[in-house]
Amino acid sequence: MDHRVSLAAWGLALLQALLYVALAPLLAGWIRKLKARLQNRRGASMLQPYRDLYKLFGKQARMAHTASTLFRAAPYIVFVATWLAASAVPLIVTGLPTAAIADVIVIAGLLALARFFLALAGMDVGTAFGGMGASREMLVSALAEPAMLVAVFTLAMTAHSTNLSSIVDHQLVSVSVLRPSFLFAFAGLVLVAVAETGRIPVDNPATHLELTMIHEAMILEYSGRHLALMQWAAQLKLLLYGVLLVNVFLPWGIARQADVPSLCAGFGLVVVKLAVLGAALAVSETVLAKMRLFRVPAFLNLALLLALLGLLSHVILEVGS
Amino acid sequence: MTVALWSAAVAIGLALLSAVLSLFTAWMPRVLRLVATPLFACAGLAALTAGLIALLNGGVATAELPLGLPWLPWRVRVDALSGFFLCVIGVVSFAVGLYAPGYLRGFERGRDSLAVLGGFTGLFLAGMLMVVLADDAFLFMVAWEVMSLASYFLVAFHHDNAANRRAAFLYLLMAHIGGLAILLGFGVLASFGGGFAFDAMRDAQLSFAWASVAFGLAFAGFGMKAGLVPLHAWLPEAHPVAPSHISALMSGVMLKVAVYGFIRVVFDLIGGFHWQWGVIVLAIGSISALMGVLYALMQNDLKRLLAYSSVENLGIIFIGLGLALLFLATGHTLLGSLAFVAALYHTINHAVFKGLLFLGAGAVMHSANEHDLEKMGGLLRRMPWTGFFFLIGCMSISALPPFNGFVSEWLTFQAALQAWQLDSGVLRSLVPVAAAMLALTGALAAACFVKVYGVAFLGQSRSRHVRRARRVPFSMRTGQGVLALLCVLLGVFPTPFLSLLNGVSQQVLGQGLPQLTAHGWLWLTPVSPQTASYGAPLVAVTLSVALGLGLWLLGRGVRRVRRCDAWDCGFVPPTPSMQYTAAAFAQPMRRVFGLLFHIDETVTRQEDGRLRHRLKVTDRAWEIFYLPVARAVGNAARLVTRLQSGNVRIYLGWSFATLLVLLWIIA
Repeated sequence: MDHRVSLAAWGLALLQALLYVALAPLLAGWIRKLKARLQNRRGASMLQPYRDLYKLFGKQARMAHTASTLFRAAPYIVFVATWLAASAVPLIVTGLPTAAIADVIVIAGLLALARFFLALAGMDVGTAFGGMGASREMLVSALAEPAMLVAVFTLAMTAHSTNLSSIVDHQLVSVSVLRPSFLFAFAGLVLVAVAETGRIPVDNPATHLELTMIHEAMILEYSGRHLALMQWAAQLKLLLYGVLLVNVFLPWGIARQADVPSLCAGFGLVVVKLAVLGAALAVSETVLAKMRLFRVPAFLNLALLLALLGLLSHVILEVGS
Repeated sequence: MTVALWSAAVAIGLALLSAVLSLFTAWMPRVLRLVATPLFACAGLAALTAGLIALLNGGVATAELPLGLPWLPWRVRVDALSGFFLCVIGVVSFAVGLYAPGYLRGFERGRDSLAVLGGFTGLFLAGMLMVVLADDAFLFMVAWEVMSLASYFLVAFHHDNAANRRAAFLYLLMAHIGGLAILLGFGVLASFGGGFAFDAMRDAQLSFAWASVAFGLAFAGFGMKAGLVPLHAWLPEAHPVAPSHISALMSGVMLKVAVYGFIRVVFDLIGGFHWQWGVIVLAIGSISALMGVLYALMQNDLKRLLAYSSVENLGIIFIGLGLALLFLATGHTLLGSLAFVAALYHTINHAVFKGLLFLGAGAVMHSANEHDLEKMGGLLRRMPWTGFFFLIGCMSISALPPFNGFVSEWLTFQAALQAWQLDSGVLRSLVPVAAAMLALTGALAAACFVKVYGVAFLGQSRSRHVRRARRVPFSMRTGQGVLALLCVLLGVFPTPFLSLLNGVSQQVLGQGLPQLTAHGWLWLTPVSPQTASYGAPLVAVTLSVALGLGLWLLGRGVRRVRRCDAWDCGFVPPTPSMQYTAAAFAQPMRRVFGLLFHIDETVTRQEDGRLRHRLKVTDRAWEIFYLPVARAVGNAARLVTRLQSGNVRIYLGWSFATLLVLLWIIA
């Protein structure tokens, strides 16, 4: 906690936040490239998402006549809230002051803030697709958010802290045996991550088939820099969930001191871990088909159940002993 | 501390004065708007002052009034707990007092009696203040009944409509059953304590069984007033039919008075805690929170939706109180204090944002004359200020950072996450399940208020009169603005407010949160800095700086936005009737949680070939809890009718038999 006053720590936190923004399109590009290869296509370059964003930022934005001020402000709010949430998740080093500002419940809250405005923006123009996307997104999130919180509560109870940095530290120090609660929480969080980032089998980020869209339906009316911000925020969210999975459950290699060698090692290792996770996601997206919307609640109930089992097995089996 | 008492007396006096002056509206309707409501706002301000003095001072002041029965004078008392609730009452009443002049202008031309409205509003406020100040059960019950009856007349204000009369009668009935339970609870305490004064009750030594009886009666009585499931059925009927500023007072404040009563009786008067009570309160609170938000999601009437959402929020408050009871009973005083403070913080937060939302709903009804969500739409462009304030209210109630609802929900989670310290495995696993239900409730509340805001304020107007909605008068905007500002302040600067609540916890439980601001006022660290911290001001500042920077960098001069038709995947330009409706928005949730509702949905083809969709979602509580009681009463009455043959001789025979039995008993 003495990092709070140190300027260097704040600088490091800012650097990590910028790293999130810089790396997010790369992860999306990597998954897209792998998926293309798995489908026997050559696919676009891994850097294509950067080019897309650059192009969109240069274009003039257009807005429907019926759009209100909220529609203009929403992309900024969505992006900033997602970014702030991401910057509180330890990427390459633990013990940063951002983790003391926002613990894991605040991170969930910030993601909820982003989602709130995303859904409102979808409803603002007054089209049928926007409302449909908003309604479905709120359904998915209403079931996914509790599952995520419960999964994270398992970790928080184990570490006696909701501070993500402390949770990661605790994992590094004390995890010598494989706990059943961790497996449950991990499985639950994986399902939540798939649902929350709008991947197959819950949503398809590549589709514009009208009746199956969730996320794309909400941002249908956006163009130019507004669309760029919305897409970037979605990529950031994907990266956030990826980092949450790899750094909280497999934290080995993350830097615990702020010196250059350990920072470099931490960075290299997290990139490798994320690449593997991305590859797993690409494979699962290739072999799975998208579900019908009303199968999704069963999928998310499974996530909630797994997370709750994890929590209960922790409080019943592991605390007393 | 006597200053606080005097200030509270001034508040009651002003409220009564406002009530009396309202009677002159029969001759001069403007009196209500120009004299009575400003007095009402002053009464709120005086109550707020009294409460703040009591909270800052921390002591106790008592007085004996020359009223009441000769051998049983009324006692009043101000301490930190009542001070806090004086603040809650005062702040919402102040905002309502600011709001009312604009809102009531529309009533001056109506047929309804303004004297009734103004008179009972003042009496209602006076009653609530007296409940909080009362220091003996006698005065408490008198004030409680004044509050209940005054609010009954306010619910029945639009009595031309039969449905409103029915709602008002249901309210009266439930308020009296609740009042009876409270009275019996006090009876138990008084018989053991040897007096009606609260001091005597505090000293009473109760066995576990009798304490549980007192607890059960108090929980039933206050829970009925607070609208806990399954005793909530009156609330969504009664709250929406009152005028909107009264709805704000009822949902924002009167429900909190019930919370006050519960805390005063269970935490202060009964004293000893038992974990069984904690489990009951926790379970009822969790069920209320979840059922309340699910039913809110299904409503298409704006005020009815807000009323159901009050059931949800009261559930959250009682989750906190249940956790507090659990922790206190198992000897974890610090954690009990944390849960208690979380419940108190949610109490003031709910008062502020629900007051704001009801005032916003009133503004919509005032200018668009509409309460059906399905006919609204696009109101943000017609009423930008109301739309902005309502958005703040929606974000607060959805527990989004950096607003106030998030802070109290965060604190409740923090308390629940300390469940590992409990010794019993059953309790340890019960608390996380409640936390999971709270998480589900929060996420559903966000869905519910996306629906409200998206359907009512965004999109295009769905009816002509909503398209012509005008801005509301300045006074209504000020009333909403005050509460919106408080939502932000309570959310961004939680530490000073929580330090005040610490004093309440000190006084009631004898334990505060010593680590609350261990790292300065920027960081909220309820248990210890290592366990959890939330830098609310920093989150707010970072959010706004990044937003400002982004808007400045990307939205500068030349890069203007061009307006065009909506894209909508290239279909025909959308018309207002093609938008998603409120019922359509909730359809997926209706399907997923279908078992919990009684859904009556039909699609029929009319003669002209058009389809007609009818949807009615009713509360299952009616058929499970209320209709059996009604049926049992009916059957009992039918049994009694067998005596009623209509023959005078048989009646005389019964009278004679009764007389004989009575004489036999006496002898």
